[in-house]
Amino acid sequence: MTNHWIDLKNADVILAMGGNPASNHPISMKWIMRAQEKGAKLICVDPRFSQTAAKADLYAPLRSGTDIAFLGGMIRYILENNLYFKEYIVNYTNASFLVNPDFKGPADLDGLYSGYNEEKRKYDKSSWSFQKDEEGIVLKDPSLEDPNCVFQLLRKQYDRYLPEKVSNITGTPLDKLLEVYKVYGSTGTPDRVGTECYAMGWTQHTVGTQNIRAMAIIQLLLGNVGMPGGGVNALRGESNVQGSTDYGILFHILPGYLPTPNASLVDLATYIDKTTPKTKEKGSLNWWSNRGKYITSYLKAVYGEAATKENDFGYPWLPKLDVGVNASWLMIFDKMLKGDFDGFFAWGQNPACSGANSNKTRVAMTKLKWLVNVNLFDNETASFWRGPGMNPKDIQTEVFMLPCCSFLEKEGSITNSGRMGQWRYKAVDPIGQSMPDGEIINDLYFKVRELYRQEGGANPDPIVNLSWEYGDKDAAGKVKHIDIHAVAKEINGYYLEDVYDNKATPPKLVGKKGDLVGSFALLRDDGSTSSGNWLYCNSYVTKEGKPVNMMARRGKDDPTGLGLFSGWAWTWPVNRRIIYNRASVDLQGQPWDPKRPLLKWDAESKKWLGDVPDGGAPPMGISGGLPFIMKPDGIASIFGPGLAEGPFPEHYEALECPLEVNSMSKQRINPTILIFGDEMDAFFSCDLRYPFVCTTYRVSEHWQTGCMTRHCSWLLEMQPQNFVELSFELAKELGLNNGDTVVVSSGRGEVKAVAMVSERFKPFRIENSTVHQVGLPWHFGWQFPEDGSGYDSANLLTPNVGDANTMIPESKAFMVNVRKA
Amino acid sequence: MANDTSKNRKAILVTPEACIGCRACQVACKSWNQLPAIKTTNNGTYQNPPDLASAAYNIIQYSEVPFKENLVRWLFLSRRCMHCEDAGCVTICPSGALYKTAEGAVAFDRDKCIGCKLCVTACPFDVPRYDGEGKVTKCHLCFDRIANGMDPACVKTCPTGALKYGDRAELIDTAKKEGYTTLYGENDLHGLGSVYAFKEEPKLYGMKENPAIPSSVVFWHNYLKPLSLIGLGGVVAAAAVHYLAIGPHKEKEEEV
Amino acid sequence: MGVSRRGFMKLTGSSVLLASLGVNLDPAKAYARDLRIKNAKQTTTICPYCSVGCGIMVYAENGKVINTEGDPDHPISEGTLCSKGASVYQLPNNETRVKKPLYREPGATAWKEVEWDWALDRIAKLVKESRDKNFKPFSTVKVKETQPDGSVIEVEKEVPVNRLESIAHVGSAALDNEECYLLQKLVRSWGLVYVEHQARI
Repeated sequence: MTNHWIDLKNADVILAMGGNPASNHPISMKWIMRAQEKGAKLICVDPRFSQTAAKADLYAPLRSGTDIAFLGGMIRYILENNLYFKEYIVNYTNASFLVNPDFKGPADLDGLYSGYNEEKRKYDKSSWSFQKDEEGIVLKDPSLEDPNCVFQLLRKQYDRYLPEKVSNITGTPLDKLLEVYKVYGSTGTPDRVGTECYAMGWTQHTVGTQNIRAMAIIQLLLGNVGMPGGGVNALRGESNVQGSTDYGILFHILPGYLPTPNASLVDLATYIDKTTPKTKEKGSLNWWSNRGKYITSYLKAVYGEAATKENDFGYPWLPKLDVGVNASWLMIFDKMLKGDFDGFFAWGQNPACSGANSNKTRVAMTKLKWLVNVNLFDNETASFWRGPGMNPKDIQTEVFMLPCCSFLEKEGSITNSGRMGQWRYKAVDPIGQSMPDGEIINDLYFKVRELYRQEGGANPDPIVNLSWEYGDKDAAGKVKHIDIHAVAKEINGYYLEDVYDNKATPPKLVGKKGDLVGSFALLRDDGSTSSGNWLYCNSYVTKEGKPVNMMARRGKDDPTGLGLFSGWAWTWPVNRRIIYNRASVDLQGQPWDPKRPLLKWDAESKKWLGDVPDGGAPPMGISGGLPFIMKPDGIASIFGPGLAEGPFPEHYEALECPLEVNSMSKQRINPTILIFGDEMDAFFSCDLRYPFVCTTYRVSEHWQTGCMTRHCSWLLEMQPQNFVELSFELAKELGLNNGDTVVVSSGRGEVKAVAMVSERFKPFRIENSTVHQVGLPWHFGWQFPEDGSGYDSANLLTPNVGDANTMIPESKAFMVNVRKA
Repeated sequence: MANDTSKNRKAILVTPEACIGCRACQVACKSWNQLPAIKTTNNGTYQNPPDLASAAYNIIQYSEVPFKENLVRWLFLSRRCMHCEDAGCVTICPSGALYKTAEGAVAFDRDKCIGCKLCVTACPFDVPRYDGEGKVTKCHLCFDRIANGMDPACVKTCPTGALKYGDRAELIDTAKKEGYTTLYGENDLHGLGSVYAFKEEPKLYGMKENPAIPSSVVFWHNYLKPLSLIGLGGVVAAAAVHYLAIGPHKEKEEEV
Repeated sequence: MGVSRRGFMKLTGSSVLLASLGVNLDPAKAYARDLRIKNAKQTTTICPYCSVGCGIMVYAENGKVINTEGDPDHPISEGTLCSKGASVYQLPNNETRVKKPLYREPGATAWKEVEWDWALDRIAKLVKESRDKNFKPFSTVKVKETQPDGSVIEVEKEVPVNRLESIAHVGSAALDNEECYLLQKLVRSWGLVYVEHQARI
């Protein structure tokens, strides 16, 4: 989230599209409804009339997988009706930037951008660049009239997104479509703000990243980014998926979004040089130019005293993939199926139900020599060898099911969608012999290290040099129990020696050896500071000589009345509650909307009042300091050349879709997605065997694969079985009655479900024909309830094809059939 | 017995318009009252358990009604004991198991219940249920919590204020000021302790029109209840009352 | 039908009997019971389900969680919780929790319980076996090198990559931040590069 949960109350219009907050984040509705009480409008755009739709002031249906068409039409509407916030886009975005005249877009190239290589399914992006002067500064046209400026290119691309055409693609009735555009488009004035709430309904598409880009463009055009009550808000699905991402448990990032090094980044200097964005724009803080400080402090945290200047702070020990190798989720299971892995850890996760194309995942696991599952409950992953269609005797995988304890049985922090790190205390001891995950990690660390110390083996250096100082040790040198506070402090980071500001005369002591570093602005690239995750530097600080856990704070003050609660827990970065907040003020530093005083420059004291500002420089009109400090050019990107499929979002159909032709262009699907081509990777478009559009979703009463919630009998009571929702019209066609047991099938598998026939799904009118859509939750699995009465996972149906940028699978738009069981 | 003019009468105000159907109320009730889960199946609706049960003191009733604007409306209604001022169940209960608390809640004492099921027939809202040991159960407005100054569990957990607890008169007053034109239960049965705030006809949500205690129950109760506490012992007398007032027992089957 | 006195008591309930004997019981007073959480130890925590981050109060007595409900001081949730958040009592109080490590031998048709030490020793050994066999300390990359004459040529160079591609890891957004940090530290020290979690799906 750019903003945070309570901030939803500050919006004038809330667009719930790509998410279903009433079902999946019910407490968010507390704040959305408070906005509604003050006159705000809630718009729900969803294929199905959801619980959010039931509370919306305006509901518009759309066929799954057509969000860019819908949003592209909105961009056109905003431009056509001059609803954009001109002062904002001229100063705070790249709308005025002049683009290379060689750049061509879908309006010129029938759905493609310049530089496409069909064979590689990849773009040469050299023409997706800006015109620059001799100094390397981008040429701009603040009048926004130059035909090559971003603003005019945007207009050119979305001129094609006529409402009638959009309605034909999305199936949204024209009047509803225009009403959504009108209501949301009303937030382009300084005194009105709109916000967007999305979740997996936007990310789980082959065009997922571009769905969100489309909304980001709209929010920038309307001047809604950085504003209280605005922003682009990912309603994340798990309590700590924000934190676990911040901590880099992904193949492409280290903690704090530092890119993982690859083989070509041969040493630390090269890593820093090649991964640090460069800019000549005056006034851009280009925050990532601090990369060297963050990676060096990370290495010092990871390898401790073993990290020295001489050994490049241990940089060579970090594992590195070859250039261009993608090691993401779908690739893991593709490789696993081919027998490329000996071992597999599924830690606090149930991939047998959670990933797309579960049959492939489940068969892939049979190829493993060993599998370790860490969980509270047995589940479909740990027990894959006894699952449907498996013959245990033929499966040679050695399997370990390690019981971890629940959150009530340990201590530590988690980070919510609003980037708020909050401390959780231990209430009781672990149940049975279950252990906190941290203790299991500690044991494994020690046992593997001891084997290497005793026996030697393949390069033991990265293992034996790991710093692991988390509490008292036993005689063998093992940390007896992990002191979670010691970990939290290492994450924040320490001064490893007395650190001076040498620019002052005489040099001024900035930090005392052994003290916790107060902010990431104070981190160093010379090894004198450590920080396990620079983003969390400031989460555990030294105050008056004592360590203070900022994440455990319980302050209740809200002086602005905007719900910032800056004294409650702690938010990254440096307790900033709304990021890009310098865009909430005009060039003089005064709030665009005086009723929403998030940030305010006080000329007298020369200080910012309110939230922690995005960089401390005085207002842009005074200092020239640009507001988007994390962006290399200091401004927000309406033109975003970093993405795989184009600098602007373009509508493409889902890999599996009901249409032979994309009426927007001859390019039916995203031209840059990776398509797996083996037997288990089947997909079918416009195939009579799978005639209905399908999507998956969640219900209030269950969570993710249901591994935890199916085991909570009070929750299971309310949602005991897999079900599929479908319209009365489709039920009639198929001869189904409400409550019938049916089989939903796709090109990859099938699953039983109870038919829930409802007015909440309606057939779509698409290009003059009727298209039916159905949907089902993905919370169920064969392993529990043990009698199989819950049926199995909806992910048996979903396709293992990913977004071109993130490789997030397209679980939200695919084709199925439904038949009576 | 408290009366409806009593200043300290408490109530739950249900505002279905604010309900998002998350069913926190169903779980919070189970958690506080330590009620077992019910083995259910999906019957083609989100509503589960399908009805109030001995281990389900409240449920959200889901209904889809046609609506020109969005083709459909999806309505969520919290069903539970109405805590009637003129509570037929309390009136007829021969053993004193059902009683009114100081706050006006209709609570029960499990130990006193003789399992006669008279309350079932006396309730205009089909609320009382019997557990596996033949004892009456139902929502008691978390009488232990409210006596200690806490909100009922369902109210406390409700994310959107669809359930509120407080002084009955104040709740009704505020709801009216907020534009709720129909306060279901304001006067029915001398005033319900579960009041529903609507801007529309309550029957749209499936609320019972003109709820009343069956007159036969009232009549026979007046004559026969006093006998039940004398000499013979409750069970026999209650069975007699039941037979005279309603006819032979028809047990309501329930899956627990 | 013969009914013993004891049986009669059970059948009718003792209070009925008392009432019939003319004992005055003011119901409101008689049944207003003490709060069952009166003597419990209270701690605060944050809900483990979605990412709103709602506050939960936990009441424990004699090492057992006896009640959970919303934390009224929490500025986001203000004491409220959804159905999942309201159900967390059932996580520590749950018969289906795995309480001892389970192990399944190759080809076996059932789990068997094992000791922690044995399981973790075995896993450590398997990790080491796979690592020793498949560890890739170096890889060849093409890098541009400036020659003494100033020209730049592309040369192949062997560089340390210290990676292990024979073990994959997924998870987890269900761990605390500190645990996530430790976990990425651990698996990267082994050389793992196939490291993913929920954020990707």
